[in-house]
Amino acid sequence: MKVLVAVKRVIDYNVKVRVKPDNTGVDLANVKMAMNPFCEIAVEEAVRLKEKGVASEIVVVSIGPKACQEQIRTALALGADRGIHVETSEEVQSLEAAKLLKAVVEKEEPKLVILGKQSIDSDNNQTGQMLAALTGMGQGTFASEVVVDGDKVNVTREVDGGLMTVSLSLPAVVTTDLRLNEPRYASLPNIMKAKKKQLDVMSPEDLGVDIAARLSTLKVEAPAARKGGVKVADVAELVDKLKNEAKVI
Amino acid sequence: MSILVIAEHDNSELKQATLSVVAAAKAVGGDIDVLVAGENVSGVAEAAAKIEGVNKVLVADNAVYGHFLGENLGELVAEVGKGYGHIFAAAGTVGKDFMPRVAALLDVAQVSDIMRVESEDTFVRPIYAGNAIATVKSSDAIKVITVRPTAFDPVAAEGGSASVETLDVVKDAGLSTFVNEELAKSDRPDLASAGIVISGGRGMQNGENFKMLEQIADLLGAAVGASRAAVDAGFVPNDMQVGQTGKIVAPQLYIAVGISGAIQHLAGMSDSKVIVAINKDEEAPIFQVADYGLVGDLFQVIPELESSLKAL
Ligand SMILES: Cc1cc2nc3c(=O)[nH]c(=O)nc-3n(C[C@H](O)[C@H](O)[C@H](O)COP(=O)(O)OP(=O)(O)OC[C@H]3O[C@@H](n4cnc5c(N)ncnc54)[C@H](O)[C@@H]3O)c2cc1C
Ligand SMILES: Nc1ncnc2c1ncn2[C@@H]1O[C@H](COP(=O)(O)O)[C@@H](O)[C@H]1O
Repeated sequence: MKVLVAVKRVIDYNVKVRVKPDNTGVDLANVKMAMNPFCEIAVEEAVRLKEKGVASEIVVVSIGPKACQEQIRTALALGADRGIHVETSEEVQSLEAAKLLKAVVEKEEPKLVILGKQSIDSDNNQTGQMLAALTGMGQGTFASEVVVDGDKVNVTREVDGGLMTVSLSLPAVVTTDLRLNEPRYASLPNIMKAKKKQLDVMSPEDLGVDIAARLSTLKVEAPAARKGGVKVADVAELVDKLKNEAKVI
Repeated sequence: MSILVIAEHDNSELKQATLSVVAAAKAVGGDIDVLVAGENVSGVAEAAAKIEGVNKVLVADNAVYGHFLGENLGELVAEVGKGYGHIFAAAGTVGKDFMPRVAALLDVAQVSDIMRVESEDTFVRPIYAGNAIATVKSSDAIKVITVRPTAFDPVAAEGGSASVETLDVVKDAGLSTFVNEELAKSDRPDLASAGIVISGGRGMQNGENFKMLEQIADLLGAAVGASRAAVDAGFVPNDMQVGQTGKIVAPQLYIAVGISGAIQHLAGMSDSKVIVAINKDEEAPIFQVADYGLVGDLFQVIPELESSLKAL
């Protein structure tokens, strides 16, 4: 079966984010960018499905500026077979990303679509569920285990109270949580090989999708800074402060 | 325009988060209706009718909603929500699962995890793991919003007397079925709403050692949380993870034990009123946000803390 994986280019999770002085956004100039960590987990899951003989082809898609091709190449080096870049320099919000992905799904007809549960920049946690609704597919969100069984997939989900398993008819959408797997690193030979893999570029217009944003960001501010407090010498002082100064115990 | 709030519950009890979501809806202004969708939820509907400031409670009681499957709830809420100006739900794993489906079905954007209401179309929310706070304005006719419960003081659970109306809308998308669940059972308070939380990180070394934290939790009436590293290592289950991609907590007192203080962890607890850090590394970033820092070996400090608390 064919698996489609959506990967997003975001700020590297180790980078200390800085808000721009004019409050229009965060400073992305000369900042290290990377594949969204949840998307790495999505790629890894697809590769494992291929290694198990469950997946036959892995197509990876990214939406955004030209530079997204770096993340597509990374996914190709990790084991994806083919890439699709939906190129646009406009900001693409989750609903519009879901519409673009729907158009790609209609072209590619994958049996399984794997996305990250959340982008670590917007922290939206929306796109996979929106794609599932738009395509009329079932969804296994926040997955910590994915087992394909014939024309069904069983997804164990990380929920507030613990774990919950659902069974979905294929085609279906899965969004990844942290415990699904541990992504591998790409080897040098595979990075070289990835350069030769097919990567098709298309525009939102080619896919017939209007990507005009529905939400406008009026301002972006730094959070109220917490000032570090004091160091206490020992447990006795700690308990005393909590009881008599902070009055929280 | 009126507002539809989707109640958070487990079929038998209304969750406290619902009261915070109603508070957020109140900040928008207008009539507030609460939808209770689930199976055998008459008790929840009664509780919802008593919430201060609620106009009407709508009840969709059917087995298809019993496990809160996102596909079925999405269709139900999109249908019922069509006539409202705003649809609000808590940003827990249920709301995060079905609300984007509602937004997509209504062809509107969703604003996730709001922490403040500026006006009926403008909301404040954290981005980049809380390292930036964005004010966003929606141009859509229906605002689909998930709410960070810890950011809104709950309205009173009693005092209202809303009418209760039964809906006979049955939406079975037929796309997914419930197989099973493993829910953590604990007599301790719920992590997301506890007044005191004590969390352990990789420094705890194993799951057995978390018992030390549980003993302190029992003395303080606290909930026990964890860092991602502790969950990934299998010390404790996933529902205990606090952080950007886990639970958001904002208790009166948060005690971080053997946790370094990565931004993804801070994102889940830095709104706590008082933060205590216990860590053997005096350079650990957690000390930069801690009101009270104690540099020391947790295996020495925690037993001492336990006996001091017992002596109080
Ligand atoms: C996409 C993404 C999402 C993430 N989401 C989350 C999230 O939601 N929540 C989260 O917590 N993390 C999250 N993380 C992980 C985060 O980046 C850190 O890796 C994690 O928080 C570290 O956990 P820790 O502090 O327990 O472990 P470490 O960073 O290894 O720190 C352990 C600490 O214990 C101290 N210690 C060790 N032994 C002792 C002792 N005997 N006594 C006292 N102190 C001791 C050490 O000095 C150290 O400071 C996420 C990461 C990514 C990439
Ligand atoms: N621009 C994009 N390109 C490719 N995939 C995306 C894009 N935006 C979102 N996604 C996918 O949707 C997931 C969740 O994103 P979000 O809803 O923005 O939190 C990501 O982990 C990706 O898998």
